[in-house]
Amino acid sequence: MTTHEHIRETTANIHPIDKLLRADRLPHILCAGCGIGTVIHGYAHAIAASGIEEDRHVCVSGIGCSGRAAGYVNVDSYHATHGRALPFALGIAVHRPELVVTVISGDGDLTAIGGNHLIHAARRNANINVICINNFNYGMTGGQVGPTTPVGAKGTTAPTGSAEAPFNLPYLAKATGAVFVARWTILHVRELQDAILRSMQKPGFCFTEVLAPCPTSFGSANQLGPGVHEVEIYRQRCVVDNGNPRLEGLDIDLIDENKPITVGNFVDVERAAFGEQGR
Amino acid sequence: MDVSRAQVPLGRVHVIVERCKQCNFCIDYCPTSVLEYSPDTNAKGYHFPVVSQGKETACVNCRFCDLICPELAIYTTEVEAEQTA
Repeated sequence: MTTHEHIRETTANIHPIDKLLRADRLPHILCAGCGIGTVIHGYAHAIAASGIEEDRHVCVSGIGCSGRAAGYVNVDSYHATHGRALPFALGIAVHRPELVVTVISGDGDLTAIGGNHLIHAARRNANINVICINNFNYGMTGGQVGPTTPVGAKGTTAPTGSAEAPFNLPYLAKATGAVFVARWTILHVRELQDAILRSMQKPGFCFTEVLAPCPTSFGSANQLGPGVHEVEIYRQRCVVDNGNPRLEGLDIDLIDENKPITVGNFVDVERAAFGEQGR
Repeated sequence: MDVSRAQVPLGRVHVIVERCKQCNFCIDYCPTSVLEYSPDTNAKGYHFPVVSQGKETACVNCRFCDLICPELAIYTTEVEAEQTA
């Protein structure tokens, strides 16, 4: 018998990070293989690592699967109406500048119905951290094509493939004035946490796009299989390119196997935050 | 670097069985392939991860399974040196 033969798994009832989550509501409603839980998990770890007391953290989310995030974190949190997470967060950030306001919402909520709020919050450089969970479709309502669906990818409203050019979110965020822009996937767990932590510490509008699998809607429409298969696409094709200034070429194409998915912390610049301009 | 003095940590896996939804992330992405599905299921019918036979000392407490788990259903702790000596 070896010395360590007794080291099997043990059964636990609570997770060490549970104090930052509403553990009584776990397991959450999200599908098996969905990546949103990993982002909520990463946000909780970033809160713990930030050294900023929990009372100063605020989480705002909009509508959609990702909008459930505000319901699972044990900090002050708000579930805003569809697309309006950012104006709600802007009000908090302006009125209570000592708070660390984080918006966790999906690509549909932030860039479709909330697209105007996104570009103007970035233009104003409001002190908000945005975590945009991009699953390439409207997952909760049944897999309709949205503004991030790659060309050729299928959805319930585009059964032969989307014919529209999608948003390139890091490029959009940089062009509209965000001072920190990153893109990671749920597989880059430590890099994602570091990006969220950097957003919490940095004044101004910080934008992190997180690619997450949606096996139930996007995955099934595009024959990607279970969530772990979409994550495997990320593992095989992601290229880390920190500091890349040429964001216009960073479109995502999940169908073309030869096109890399570029991830990294792309932009980290200084600019006067909202309320500091003109003083 | 003195390789003989380098110590590889030894980890213990903790599973919160009823949270698992069998998404496979922890099993597929464990760098030392410690985990496999349990033959048993939890109350919702999902097979949760357990340590494979022969992998009892393979966990190095890298915490990747913990950090990628969307359900917060698994974590690792380091086994103290005095316990394993």
